[in-house]
Amino acid sequence: MPVSASNSKLIYDALKECDIRLVSALPETWLVHLIRLAEEDPEMILVRLAKEEEAVGISAGAHFAGVKSAMLMQNHGFLASINGIVSFAHLYKIPLLMLISYRGSLGERDPWQTQGGNVTEPVLQALRIPYFFLDASDTVRKRIRQAQTLAESSLQPVALLLTRDLMWEE
Amino acid sequence: MLRVDCLRSVYSELENCLVVTIMGAVAAELQSLGHRPNFFYLQHAMGLASSTGLGLALCLPEQRVIVFDGDGSLLMNLGSLSTMARYRPRKLLHVVFDNESLLSVGGFPTATSTGTDLEGIARSSGIPRVTTVRTVESFKAAVTGAMQGSDLTSIIAKVEAKGPAAYVTDLSLLENRFQFRRHIQSLKTR
Repeated sequence: MPVSASNSKLIYDALKECDIRLVSALPETWLVHLIRLAEEDPEMILVRLAKEEEAVGISAGAHFAGVKSAMLMQNHGFLASINGIVSFAHLYKIPLLMLISYRGSLGERDPWQTQGGNVTEPVLQALRIPYFFLDASDTVRKRIRQAQTLAESSLQPVALLLTRDLMWEE
Repeated sequence: MLRVDCLRSVYSELENCLVVTIMGAVAAELQSLGHRPNFFYLQHAMGLASSTGLGLALCLPEQRVIVFDGDGSLLMNLGSLSTMARYRPRKLLHVVFDNESLLSVGGFPTATSTGTDLEGIARSSGIPRVTTVRTVESFKAAVTGAMQGSDLTSIIAKVEAKGPAAYVTDLSLLENRFQFRRHIQSLKTR
């Protein structure tokens, strides 16, 4: 599978360095290695979801418990989580570290991903969610740490868009 | 059976638990009995109270966690039952007040009024212990029994579609949220 195992490992190690102890996920192609790494890690609580919006509540519960968490989702899962983000994370000032695979953008071959690709950034902007790109292996570690720091200090969701350049090896 | 009478019957049992409620009547009625720092009222984001309880229970497995859910909220996030069952936190108690109504927006009937069976859905989702209660005495017995037991439990409490006169209280959402987290952190240092 051409999903980058080495860059997935970089992302996972960076999450661990931030003391992330709970990861919620809904599987999608680009996330398979990340989910497997979480599953094989006895120090990590992995929560496989039925729908991504659940992750907002789970991460809020983890935050109340004093546990740092991260959400792994596709951009369509982000779109499916919006009310939870607005009516929980924003309303109650809950830090969320959202790692969102940016499907439907440059180089996308699957027609069904393309509409979500069009609206991902405009929706993030409309929601006033700070977002940044994970697009090169040499900046992954720093950006994840910085995004996690910003989420914790601002008590709000922060998104990292996982791009094809990072996640896919053709 | 009135929800507030159910809550009153177990109020003294809630002292050492982490309690998460849904919005509307459940939040207002529990507050009317007396707010405590271990109570968190999710005043919006319908459906996510059970997910919040799951997050708490997974991170604090020794801590008793109680979610007071409702039929309208649970119907918006039925997948949460399957996620709770999948990870099966032993000290998570999920109470669903089923009044067959979206009461706080004007009493519109939910699908439980036309036969949708939340006990059946919870059981089929894999929740190991599920029961339906219709009297305050059986409610109290089910809750105290679940709290003495050691497995994930859902209790469906069939209640009347009657709520308090007002839903807004003088506890601000953020005050509640910060107090709740601070309370949990204080438990760790004791």
